[in-house]
Amino acid sequence: MKFVEDIPSDDILDLVCRMCPLHLLEPGDKLRCLKTGQVLEVLTDYDGALEDIPNWCKKNGQEFLGMEEDDDCYKLYIRKTSEALPQTGWA
Amino acid sequence: MKNVYMDHAAATPVRKQVIEAMLPYFDEHFGNPSTIYDMGSKIKQVIEEQRAKVAELIGAKAEEIIFTSSGAEANNLAVKGLALARQKKGKHIIISAIEHHSVLNSARFLERMDFEVTFLPVDEYGLVDPERLSIAMRPETILVSIMHANNEIGTIEPISELSAICRQKGVIFHTDAVATVGNIPVDVNELDVGLLTLSGVSLGAPKGIGALYFRDNLRLMPLIHGGIQEKGRRGGTENVPAIVGLGKASELAAKELSHKADHMRELRDLLVEGVRERIEQIKYTGHPNRRLPGHASFCIEAIEGEALLFMLNQEGIYANTGSACASKALKTSPVLVAIGIRPDLAQGSIVFTLNSSNRAEEIEYVLEKLPFAVQKLRSLSPIWRQKSAA
Repeated sequence: MKFVEDIPSDDILDLVCRMCPLHLLEPGDKLRCLKTGQVLEVLTDYDGALEDIPNWCKKNGQEFLGMEEDDDCYKLYIRKTSEALPQTGWA
Repeated sequence: MKNVYMDHAAATPVRKQVIEAMLPYFDEHFGNPSTIYDMGSKIKQVIEEQRAKVAELIGAKAEEIIFTSSGAEANNLAVKGLALARQKKGKHIIISAIEHHSVLNSARFLERMDFEVTFLPVDEYGLVDPERLSIAMRPETILVSIMHANNEIGTIEPISELSAICRQKGVIFHTDAVATVGNIPVDVNELDVGLLTLSGVSLGAPKGIGALYFRDNLRLMPLIHGGIQEKGRRGGTENVPAIVGLGKASELAAKELSHKADHMRELRDLLVEGVRERIEQIKYTGHPNRRLPGHASFCIEAIEGEALLFMLNQEGIYANTGSACASKALKTSPVLVAIGIRPDLAQGSIVFTLNSSNRAEEIEYVLEKLPFAVQKLRSLSPIWRQKSAA
C-alpha cells in the first residue's frame, strides 16, 4: 500500500458508515463526472476498501495514487485516467 | 349509525389514486430493483421518480431522501444513526420532553451507550423555548431533535428559531415532521434542518412507509445493514408498491396543501367552539394559535378518556386519547404531564384530528353525541358528584 499526504482532490466521495459493496459502485459514478487527470478522494471506514479499491482501479484502468489515515476514516485517492468506466446501472 | 372518523393522526384512508398507482407493482411490475436485467432496472428508475416527488413536497433534492419502513424507523435512523456516526465529536444529545416515543426511546437507548441526553422542558402550550435550548447546548452536543408539531396537543414548534441556534453552534438539527408534512407547508430550507422525518400514514399513503431527509450527505450509521439499497444507508429489498404509494401521495399533497389547511381549520374551530359551549370544566390543550389546522385536543374533568372513546365508538365516532403508548400501558401521558396538566385531569384526554375528508355535518354529529357521553360518564363519577356538591 502506498501512503501519501495532502493530495489535492477535485471531488470527494464520502462513504464513511457505508459498507460493501458501495465502495466498488460509487467511485465509478463519481469519476464519470470528473475530467481525465482529475483526482477523486474517497473517504471510507471500511477495511475491505483498502484492498478492493486499488484492485478496482487496476481492473478499470484508473490510477490509484495512495491512501492516508485520518482521525475517523481512510482517504484513498484515485486519478481518472480512463473514460472506460463500468456501467453499474444502479445509481 | 354514522361513521365519523376523526383520528387522522393515527391513520388516514389510502386514497384511490394512490391505490391505483400502487397496484401494478404487486404483480405486473414485480421485479427486484437490485437486479441487473431490465425488469429490475426499470423498477429502480420508478423508485428514483418517487424519491423526486417526496423531495419536491418538502423542498429537498431527490438524493437527500432515504426511504424507510415508517416514521419511527426514520426517527431511529436520524437519532441513533447520526449519534453513532458523530460520537467522536461528542456524546451529548438534546431532545424535547414531548417527543414521539421513537425519538425518546432512541435517545434512552443511546444513554445506555454512554451518551448524555438533555430532555428540554416545554411551557404550558408545549413550546420549546429557544433560550433554554441555547443554554442547554455544550461543546460536545452533536444533535438536537425537536418535533415540528406534537400529535397529542397540536402545538407547532418554532423550528426555524431552534435550528438557527444549532446552525450557529455547528450542531445538527433533526425534526420529526410526521404530523406536519402533508398538513401544512414544510420546506427543509426554510426550516433549515439537517434531518427531517416524514411518514406515509399522514399523507394518505399506505402504512409501512416513511422517509428521512438528510442534508449535505450527512454521515449516518445504518441501522439495517444490507446491500446496495438506499446507497448502503438502509438495507433490505425495497417495498416498491409502498414507495410508489408514498410518491403518489406526496404528489397529491403538494397540489392540495393550500386549500386543505383552510378547510381543516374551519371545521376544527367549529368543533372547538361547540365543545366549549356545550361542556363545562374542559381544558383545550396545546397552543391556541400555533397548532395543526385539523387538531383539537381536550382534557375533560372527571371522566376517563378511554371510556369516552368507547362510548363515542358506539355512536360511530372515532377519536383518540392522544398517546397510544401511555393509553395501553394505563399511564398518564408524558406530554400532558410535561405541559403541567394534573394527572387526574390528564386521564380525561381526548384528541380529534381532522383531514380534508371531514365535513361540517360530521362536526354537528359529534357536538350532538359528545356532550351526552360526557354527561353520562360524569353521572357515574364520584369525583364529579363531589365537585358538583361543593
